[in-house]
Amino acid sequence: MKTNIILSGVGGQGILTIAAVLDTAALSENLFIKQSEVHGMSQRGGAVQSHVRISDKEIFSDLIPEGKADLILSVEPMELLRYLPFLKEDGWLVTDSEPFVNTNNYPDKNDLFDQIKKHPNNIIINATEIAKSIGNSKAANMVLLGAASATLPLSEESLLAAITELFQHKSERITNLNREAFFEGKKVAEDFTNLATKK
Amino acid sequence: MKSLLLGNEALAQGSIDAGLSGVYAYPGTPSTEITEYIQKSKLAKELKIHTTWSVNEKTAMEAALGMSYVGKRSMVVMKHVGLNVASDVFMNMAVSGINGGLVVVVADDPSMHSSQNEQDSRFYGKFAMIPTLEPSNQQEAYDLMLYAFDLSEELKLPVLLRMVTRLSHSRAGINVKERHHQNEINLPLDTSRFALLPMNARRQFDLLVNKQGTLIELSEKSEFNKLKLGDQNGIGIIACGIAYNYVMENIGEDESSYSILKVSQYPLPREKVMALYQHCDKILVIEEGYPVVEELLHNYFDENDKIKGKLSGDLPRTGELNPTIVGKILGLKEESVKPIPSVVTPRPPQLCEGCGHTDLFNTINEVVADLENKSVFGDIGCYALGALPPLNTINALIDMGASITMAKGAADAGLENAIAVIGDSTFTHSGMTGLLDAVYENSPITVIISDNSAIAMTGAQESTAVGRLHKICLGIGVQPEHLKTMVPLKKNHGQNVEVLQNELKYKGVSVIISERPCVRLSREQKKEIKAKIESLN
Ligand SMILES: Cc1ncc(C[n+]2csc(CCOP(=O)(O)OP(=O)(O)O)c2C)c(N)n1
Ligand code: SF4
Repeated sequence: MKTNIILSGVGGQGILTIAAVLDTAALSENLFIKQSEVHGMSQRGGAVQSHVRISDKEIFSDLIPEGKADLILSVEPMELLRYLPFLKEDGWLVTDSEPFVNTNNYPDKNDLFDQIKKHPNNIIINATEIAKSIGNSKAANMVLLGAASATLPLSEESLLAAITELFQHKSERITNLNREAFFEGKKVAEDFTNLATKK
Repeated sequence: MKSLLLGNEALAQGSIDAGLSGVYAYPGTPSTEITEYIQKSKLAKELKIHTTWSVNEKTAMEAALGMSYVGKRSMVVMKHVGLNVASDVFMNMAVSGINGGLVVVVADDPSMHSSQNEQDSRFYGKFAMIPTLEPSNQQEAYDLMLYAFDLSEELKLPVLLRMVTRLSHSRAGINVKERHHQNEINLPLDTSRFALLPMNARRQFDLLVNKQGTLIELSEKSEFNKLKLGDQNGIGIIACGIAYNYVMENIGEDESSYSILKVSQYPLPREKVMALYQHCDKILVIEEGYPVVEELLHNYFDENDKIKGKLSGDLPRTGELNPTIVGKILGLKEESVKPIPSVVTPRPPQLCEGCGHTDLFNTINEVVADLENKSVFGDIGCYALGALPPLNTINALIDMGASITMAKGAADAGLENAIAVIGDSTFTHSGMTGLLDAVYENSPITVIISDNSAIAMTGAQESTAVGRLHKICLGIGVQPEHLKTMVPLKKNHGQNVEVLQNELKYKGVSVIISERPCVRLSREQKKEIKAKIESLN
């Protein structure tokens, strides 16, 4: 078993929190993990990504080869498409629909959605809105993680335990909000995929 | 359970466990987290390991040498271009040798994710004729640290450890070992080797040259250099450092059809290279950075067609390696790859919202718009982004400190409006000496120090400039009436334009300090900075 995940977004959007949850959960299941991240210049509002690899055997490369990602999980729709060359034929695309516009030539978001929908396994949800509705707009990343959870090789228990472990030093309220965000994301994704298969 | 650490953190933990007494460093991507890890470590605090940032890489390395001189284990950490700044002491301490173990950690940045060039530090290791280590993964980064300090003390030489961005910034589970005690103070018996007058230096240099055989022998038997012979007359691979991972990722179960020499310790283990060469029909050299090993192989052997790598054009000459590129040179099946849709537009980095550098650039832009015969010489830091649209303020940026000295040279040549823009930390790193050059001749330049009270680009570390800039400038000899201050805020724009216009009219050295804290500083950091400024003034 080897699962390759690309997390993408814009510097400052917090994709590393998602990575940390995946790492912690994978370690608790005694799996091997490699997770590369971007530090430096690009963190100033540029395009950033993290490669997360989880396996029951030793992992060599820190980077995922092109065409080998099982999942691209993005907190921003254009940033999802930037890493399309990494996607496996039957891999999953999961993204927040909310664009982060900090350039003057940002494309029309519907053109982005059209490109994403060309691929059969996609989940586009307004994670930012969902997070706001439960009272913590910062938890959009946990909504997305919940949405993608069915595609992950990790159990829900260990993902939730990881969320608790990572947020508990802040407060119980924040921990619970993040767990709730995870469940909301999971639910919305289930609705989304049911809909997609019914159509 | 294993600890999940970045390559940089694994290395840092390794240094603590090797009995480190002090780390000396100046921040720089991708090396910064090494020192930060030790700064945050409770254990390091208990052990009283020195961790305060230095003013630049040269002062850092000299301090590390001082600690080694008295017998303790020290480490100096920098990014690749930092080694240029420290190269004077680096080359000379290879000649003097060291006393307590001294490891020089340099992180290279192939693909220039956050750098001006992609120089390969292994060249420096060869230049200085000292052992160079290159981990292939996070666990090895940890293990090599323990080995490096022992090796350094055994040979009485500094050891260079080279990291690359991908290893520095990737996490994996690490097993740690038992910790060594720190060394006691133990002054060198013969101090003459540290006094590099020609008669001593000649003797020491002979010694260094004579040690080279031992260095090769140690590489030959090093557990970090492994030769595994596969099928006769097949493909032979020399995989250096992280490149080993990209090779193994690709060949997976298919191992027996390849012969592989994994290299993590230099000088090259010559006999192992010979054995591989004779066993195989074709040799692929896969290394991150410059074709250092490939070039050496061309020196060893005549049959150059047999050697494939960056020089032969089989691998890209620039940029970093990845498993896809390495798969191609191995001739393995390529995945069908979807292109990036053309609607996707680039997203370059940019200054944060509310950054004082932006308001400063708006002021400069307004002033220079009306001038002929002008250039803005920039420097390295967040404000370097002022060279990009939409600001387009900065015309040149080369290396830390060059803004002031390039402006001076341009003014010497007759440029009327020579403006230098330099950050507070870059100013104390390498700007002060250039300013003295300009003051000495009263060159007609206007220096703007954009003081945000932080080393912001690398993550808002504490700047040694905090609270000291005025006194430094006055001490260097800037005329008090041409040392100005401004606060780069929209509401001050009009008056800031005027200050800059006036100073440009003055045909001598002016310094304008533009003061506004970086928005990334935490509340606690801001409080500490305020207290520091008050205590100093
Ligand atoms: C010789 C060298 N050392 C370190 C670096 C890494 N580096 C680039 S910018 C920078 C910080 C500069 O700080 P400052 O001048 O205060 O500017 P700021 O980023 O705060 O705007 C550092 C450490 C480098 N490029 N070259
Ligand atoms: S980190 Fe600080 S100095 Fe750098 S762009 Fe942001 S606000 Fe400006």
